[in-house]
Amino acid sequence: MHFVWVALRWLISLALTLLGLVVVTFAMTRLSPVDPATQMVGSHASASSYQAAREALGLDQPLPIQFLHYLRMAASGDFGQSISTGQPVASDIARTFPATLELATVAIIMGAALGLCLGIFAAMRPGGVFDAVARLISLVGYSVPIFWLGLLMLLLFYARLHWAPGPGRLDVLFQYTVPARTGFVLLDTWLSGKPGAFRDALAHLALPATVLMFYALAGIARLTRALVLTELGQEYALTAYAKGAAVHRVVFVHVLPNIAGQLITICALAYASLLEGAVLTETVFAWPGIGRYLTTAMFAGDMPAILGGTIVIGASFVLLNTLTDLAVGRTARGRA
Amino acid sequence: MIVAGAGGRLGDVSFLARLARSPSAAAGAVGVALVVLVALLAPLIAPYDPNLQETANRLAAPQGAHWLGTDAFGRDLLSRLIYGTRPTLLLLMFVVLLMAPLGILVGILAGFFGGIVERVLMRITDIVMAFPRLVLAFAFVALIGPGLVNGALALALTSWPAYARQARVETAALRRNDYLSAAEMVGIRGFRLLWGHVLPMLLPSAIIRIALDMSGVILAAAGLGFLGLGVRPPTAEWGSMVADGTQVIFDQWWIAAAPGFAIFLTSLAFNLLADGLRDILDPRHG
Amino acid sequence: MAEPLLRIEDLTISFPSRQGQGAVVRSVSFEVGAEIVAVVGESGSGKSLTGRAIMGLLPPRAETTAKTLSFEGRDLTRLAAAHWRALRGSAIALILQDPKYSLNPSMRVGRQVEETLLLHTSLSARERREKALAMLSRVGFDDPQRVHASYPRELSGGMGQRAMIAAMLINKPSLLIADEATSALDHDLQVQILELLGGLTRELGMGLLLISHDLQQVARFADRVLVMRQGTIVDRLAASELADATHPYTLALWNARPSGVTYGTRLPTVADEMEP
Repeated sequence: MHFVWVALRWLISLALTLLGLVVVTFAMTRLSPVDPATQMVGSHASASSYQAAREALGLDQPLPIQFLHYLRMAASGDFGQSISTGQPVASDIARTFPATLELATVAIIMGAALGLCLGIFAAMRPGGVFDAVARLISLVGYSVPIFWLGLLMLLLFYARLHWAPGPGRLDVLFQYTVPARTGFVLLDTWLSGKPGAFRDALAHLALPATVLMFYALAGIARLTRALVLTELGQEYALTAYAKGAAVHRVVFVHVLPNIAGQLITICALAYASLLEGAVLTETVFAWPGIGRYLTTAMFAGDMPAILGGTIVIGASFVLLNTLTDLAVGRTARGRA
Repeated sequence: MIVAGAGGRLGDVSFLARLARSPSAAAGAVGVALVVLVALLAPLIAPYDPNLQETANRLAAPQGAHWLGTDAFGRDLLSRLIYGTRPTLLLLMFVVLLMAPLGILVGILAGFFGGIVERVLMRITDIVMAFPRLVLAFAFVALIGPGLVNGALALALTSWPAYARQARVETAALRRNDYLSAAEMVGIRGFRLLWGHVLPMLLPSAIIRIALDMSGVILAAAGLGFLGLGVRPPTAEWGSMVADGTQVIFDQWWIAAAPGFAIFLTSLAFNLLADGLRDILDPRHG
Repeated sequence: MAEPLLRIEDLTISFPSRQGQGAVVRSVSFEVGAEIVAVVGESGSGKSLTGRAIMGLLPPRAETTAKTLSFEGRDLTRLAAAHWRALRGSAIALILQDPKYSLNPSMRVGRQVEETLLLHTSLSARERREKALAMLSRVGFDDPQRVHASYPRELSGGMGQRAMIAAMLINKPSLLIADEATSALDHDLQVQILELLGGLTRELGMGLLLISHDLQQVARFADRVLVMRQGTIVDRLAASELADATHPYTLALWNARPSGVTYGTRLPTVADEMEP
């Protein structure tokens, strides 16, 4: 009974947030100086074809009706035709989103592993070597413009050292020979069984994933450190010390199980933020993901594509956020 | 994060002394002061007009006449870098002036009135909090049109919720306290009460939050510039300068590297300063 | 005279503050043998920090100096970290105020009791379990099996504190420091826990340092009483002499407690009593 209530509240809050997102993007289209009808038919179109376009887009309807229309579109995932690619935005997104998801997932796995370790070991000896390294890394991570970091890494590892392959997801050699079955290039190349294809995919992924990881690393390390330090000040930690436990035992056996939920939250929120960070990273590395799709659309003033991309990224972000809330809410109650 | 009473210490001599004692915070303060100074004195310091195109001397390497070389239009990179402080700081100011008051206003109203007002306002706050800030800001600017004010508006409109949450918690705490009842009892009500007796108590923690948010705003603004959504060309802006340099990154790498480094250093200075401020004003952290 | 269990001479603990070093414990000296010594004082008197110093568990910022800090003849002032760990939980144990916080919420009680064995003995898992069960019934549980398998949240405050005592005394330490070990409990439970602690102390022949703010309460169980105020020991006397205490602060602490006599009247505060 209790669980049903919690799930219901969660669903309501998720729905409200998604609705908010749709309202905001709708408001943007109304504030925009770009006229979708003109964009559709061109600025030299006759008055009658312009009028027809307006009617086709529903722009002659009152605002609430327009909003309902927009809401129905967003809910069904039908964002119309992209002006720059000529394809339905939905199919464009279905093509590009897996690339982003793959990049962000690899990045968060690396970022979480490294960030958690850094934060935990920093907290075990405040003022020690690890602490200094963690502080430095999180300071740099919070200060560095990620697109610039990407450019520098590309310059160093691709142009100068030739360690990394260039931009993109795959070498031209494989690009057209590896069938896209899942949309995740690591899986596709693995499934294709082509020699060297998987390694090539991995090599292409390494650099952008590392850069994107940096986007998450600073936050994870810093928050983990703070969390572990706070917890080490708790009385149960003192009790463990009083039993004769060493600091690593206190941290790994006593503290970590108690903050597992919060650590998961930290990582999940960082994962959500990576979907955002992808917009800039993908631009630098010409990674054919939704971030690059979105920026291309921004340059072209491609309103349907901008809205579709924003809503999809936004919805995944919101979903991840609220999902974490739900998961951690439950573990927290298990403790109380 | 309630640091009521710390406000008085901001103007204190010992405050500066303590700031000076933390080397990293002092370095941050000096860095920020330097950036502000450069922005104010840009016309005096810059060796060239930032928009002067020396077409004969395009993509020049760093040398005696042009310390950092020239860009693809033959403009002096150092001068553009110096002038680039201006849009960065201007946008930062706009964002702070929009975001903090908006958030604090929402938080005060929610915390002070409670009940249905609080529930509605905080629900809205939660919703906006769950939004992807950066992407929405990008989309906003892309649709409304690029420019400094639009960029600031976009960033401010998505980043006020943290201030609202904090202000609500603190206002509600004051509400429960006798402090506000005492003020009300002597006849201070309504706007005067909120302005004169609630707001001052919220300022210290809001200032810490602003300081901590600064570098994020700088990076977001640079991101806007990099995507071509910032200040319109030819105005020198660091993010768009990096984007310009991208075309020639493999040959004239410094054209993209230099403005990026400027963003990094500025953001670093704000981060160091903010960390120091927080350690001093809010001892429970760090 | 034989070397006492614990000997402290001129213990001073200070924390760096804005005005330079601020000493919170100043020049404290006392000894503890196989007896119950109560350290009594208000919060902030430095009594808890003194207890922590004996365990080597002060926060790293704290600076400790002492002419002597010796335990069973060993000099604690120059003890390496590994030796401290060998001492804690096996020779010196510590019980904190509230089992709600001092027991790990996400670990079964049995495992927490056994942890002390795990850290200091080479017993097998089965032997540890047997000893833990025996210890749990020793501290008064009728169903040690159930308690062994339960999580702290399933125990009441009094039960939690019993489990804590089991975890800390399972290695038969020679000194137990009980830091406000009963303050979070209601009155009847306080007496029960203190009686349990007193009984176990005599039985194991160990020393018990009873840190408390409640003079009347601990007086009934202690052999000797040390009264601390603002970082120094202001009075020391045998518990039996408390009725004839002459030090004004001791008297103030002694009177700041409700009883049948004071019912219905405003209780004197320590500050009242100290006013000239």
